[in-house]
Amino acid sequence: MASPQTDLTPSSQELEFLTDRALFVRLETVRLISIAKVGHYASVFSCAEIFAALYYDTMRLRRGEPDWPDRDRFLMGKGHAAVGLFPILADLDFFPKDLLDNYTRLGSPLGDHPDMRLVKGVDFSSGSIGHALSAGLGMALGARMTGRNFDTFVLLGDGEMQEGQVWAAAMAASHHRAGNLVAIVDRNVVQLDGTVDDILAIEPLPEKWRAFGWDVVEVEGHDIASVVSTFREIKANRDRLRPVCVIAHTVKGKGISYMETEPGWHLGFLGPKDEALAMEELRKGLSR
Amino acid sequence: MKGPIDPGSWHYRQINERAPTLRVLADTLNELAAEGYPVAACTADLQYSNGLVEFARANPERFLQFGISEQNMVSAAAGLATTGIMPFVATFASFLSLLCCEQIRTDIAYSALPVRLVGHHTGIAMGFYGTSHHATEDLAIMRSIADLTVVAPADGVQFAAAIRASMTHPQPIYFRIGRGHDPQVYDTMEEFRFGKAVTHFQGKDLTIIATGSTVHPALTATKSLRSQGLEIGFIDMHTVKPLDRDAVVSAMRSRMILTVEEHNILGGLGGAVAEVMSEFGGQARLLRHGIKDEYSLIAPPSHLYAHYRLDAPGIETVAREMLSS
Repeated sequence: MASPQTDLTPSSQELEFLTDRALFVRLETVRLISIAKVGHYASVFSCAEIFAALYYDTMRLRRGEPDWPDRDRFLMGKGHAAVGLFPILADLDFFPKDLLDNYTRLGSPLGDHPDMRLVKGVDFSSGSIGHALSAGLGMALGARMTGRNFDTFVLLGDGEMQEGQVWAAAMAASHHRAGNLVAIVDRNVVQLDGTVDDILAIEPLPEKWRAFGWDVVEVEGHDIASVVSTFREIKANRDRLRPVCVIAHTVKGKGISYMETEPGWHLGFLGPKDEALAMEELRKGLSR
Repeated sequence: MKGPIDPGSWHYRQINERAPTLRVLADTLNELAAEGYPVAACTADLQYSNGLVEFARANPERFLQFGISEQNMVSAAAGLATTGIMPFVATFASFLSLLCCEQIRTDIAYSALPVRLVGHHTGIAMGFYGTSHHATEDLAIMRSIADLTVVAPADGVQFAAAIRASMTHPQPIYFRIGRGHDPQVYDTMEEFRFGKAVTHFQGKDLTIIATGSTVHPALTATKSLRSQGLEIGFIDMHTVKPLDRDAVVSAMRSRMILTVEEHNILGGLGGAVAEVMSEFGGQARLLRHGIKDEYSLIAPPSHLYAHYRLDAPGIETVAREMLSS
């Protein structure tokens, strides 16, 4: 976090740390959803490595300083995965860790979607699908106007690609040469009503982004080494004029065998018995 | 672009030469930018209609053209505002209010970001362009969005003063502007206060409360009635939200209140005044004058104002009918 990257390939020590952080995201997600009794496990599990790489390696941040003006910004189009983001923000001392235990309880600032008014470290509120890339574009253009050199990262769901505003933002970002804007598509193939391609097909996705004037990188989204080196390369080439789209091929529900790729788990609750089994399976690791 | 034009011409790129209310948008923003305020301007393919082309010329690095993507523009303005910039977003009021309602509510108002939304060509100002371009719902929509201040200036002088006052206003603001051709109501305006109406006259027979583009014709009608010996009050309710409740309560000392707006009578100024009156009791009778919950006809604007009795003679007639009823 926050250190300039000279080597694009992460060391084994760094990989071990980041793998541990991705596991931390998954375990905390299970723990917090047990408070709410319903939540988006699977949506977090598909982007846990992305969260870990961004917050613990890629993004320029200062621990305990959520409002540092020069920090890199992060926005979530897929805001329903916020339950996986909150433990990271607390871990970075952006807000007290014990707040996590109040997740979704009456009056808690922590709900199913991130709320910038209520949660320190949340750069932008989300919930309405399709707004985040536009808002991220505004931040990227604001960086230019205010002479700051931060980068803006926007995590988008693949189902979100069905929303027209995403493409309006994509068109505007390349037109305005927002090279300091990075979109990450969590291509986990599943949305609420079924598979993305059954509901409303979005392929050919890389070609669409390229046609809108973006540089496109595809990555295996659970290979933490690939994710990290991809993001490091983007940071290392930040004088570019084109925005970058990272299409991360992921598995919805990654880490829990019966949850993976199963549309029914877009929203759900494990219950006390299955929760213990799920945690055990997560701890065993993703190397099946 | 500049130069003499035929007064009958509708050449849209010349509109900046002849739309005084809208002209002050770019002029005032240019002044504020020169004074060091962190203003920016955004539009959606309407820089000639709203005059922002003059801001783009003077401050190209602070101007963002979004093309025909209003929702993207509004959300991007929210993102821009998080970086310390104060964006002024201007486009046709019908699209801004109806198409971008959710972006305004969630990304700007709920997020408490100081974006200034300028919905221009409101009401029936678009005339023959068609019902899709008529904005007779925008006040109702914007008024229902929490923490959003809603302002309809009467003329360019008041609009300029309101823009200046907005520099220290912490909340997001929706400015409602007509086609920009409003006759001047005010010669000068030293101070503009959000939520504080301008009371021109007090009167025991009838108080007319108008907002935005209807202030000038309603004030003209008021002056005509007063010259005939009637005790007619007049309030320019430039801020529709937060509404100046004290001004309404004061107007309730009249026998009657007539609200005038270029908007559906449901949910706009008349609705807001009715809400206050319902909470305070009293004997004053209210008539809401505007578009009577219908889709307005297609015609040149001047014909429409006459048809809907929203010009000075029409408002005077409505007031007379009310007084004699």
